[in-house]
Amino acid sequence: MKNLDFLFAAYTAIWVLLFFYISTLSRRNRSLEKELEELREILEQRRQRPNT
Amino acid sequence: MTSRAIAWTDSLLPPLTFFTMASALYLVFVYVPTDEAQGIVQRIFYFHVPIAMMTYCSVATVALFSILYLWRGDRVYDRVAHAGGELAVFFCSLVLITGPIWARPIWGTWWTWDARLTATLILWLIYAAYLMLRSVSPGVEGARYAAVLGIVGAFDVPIINRAVYWWRTIHPAVLVNREGGTGLTDPRMQLALAVSFVGFFLLFLLLLRLRTDSLRLTDSVEDLRQQALTA
Repeated sequence: MKNLDFLFAAYTAIWVLLFFYISTLSRRNRSLEKELEELREILEQRRQRPNT
Repeated sequence: MTSRAIAWTDSLLPPLTFFTMASALYLVFVYVPTDEAQGIVQRIFYFHVPIAMMTYCSVATVALFSILYLWRGDRVYDRVAHAGGELAVFFCSLVLITGPIWARPIWGTWWTWDARLTATLILWLIYAAYLMLRSVSPGVEGARYAAVLGIVGAFDVPIINRAVYWWRTIHPAVLVNREGGTGLTDPRMQLALAVSFVGFFLLFLLLLRLRTDSLRLTDSVEDLRQQALTA
């Protein structure tokens, strides 16, 4: 089929960029949630032991 | 929105988006007939046009939530506007990639300084500048300047939309042609485009939710860091 490579290139570009963006967002959110949890724990520990 | 409604949205939106996008792909590659004039590359339109519409939705989100932010001063509105700005650049990048891939076999060139193409490139540049402004100036003042840019930038959307009617342009009018009818006459083509629209709108909502969440988490981490430093 004529011009099939153009069709393939367009849809590949869409899906590759979409998956890259979604995976980046998900990874960033997971890392932020982890950091948030760690900070909460640190603050909680400081509240329980104010002199340390 | 209540927390129950948010929970419902969070659980329903990803599978619904996946199902609609999968249906759109089936329709585009199996169901629709091949266009007689353009051949197989015309199938790029079924994703290119909805992606362009999602660029407009993202820009409208930036403008609307920037107005709300400037009016109310609530950081929640600013986060949605910021997420919308990122999505505007993301979707507009896809438009600027898929458009030339379609244009090469049809027009014989990757790019031409056509009114609609140029206005779309300008839109990408405006919202890329919006994101740069946000990254170099993360405070309240930066958010206010970015909100103004986000609102002003939205005026490019009606220019892009009307460009094919105002100027001599070679860009096709897919949804409504210059004579007022639809650019897609076959009902199967119209169905594929409609399903693709729904799929991309759901995807837009999903990405907006994910990115707004990530900005909310960033703010919370920053708050706790400050507390940890001052405690």
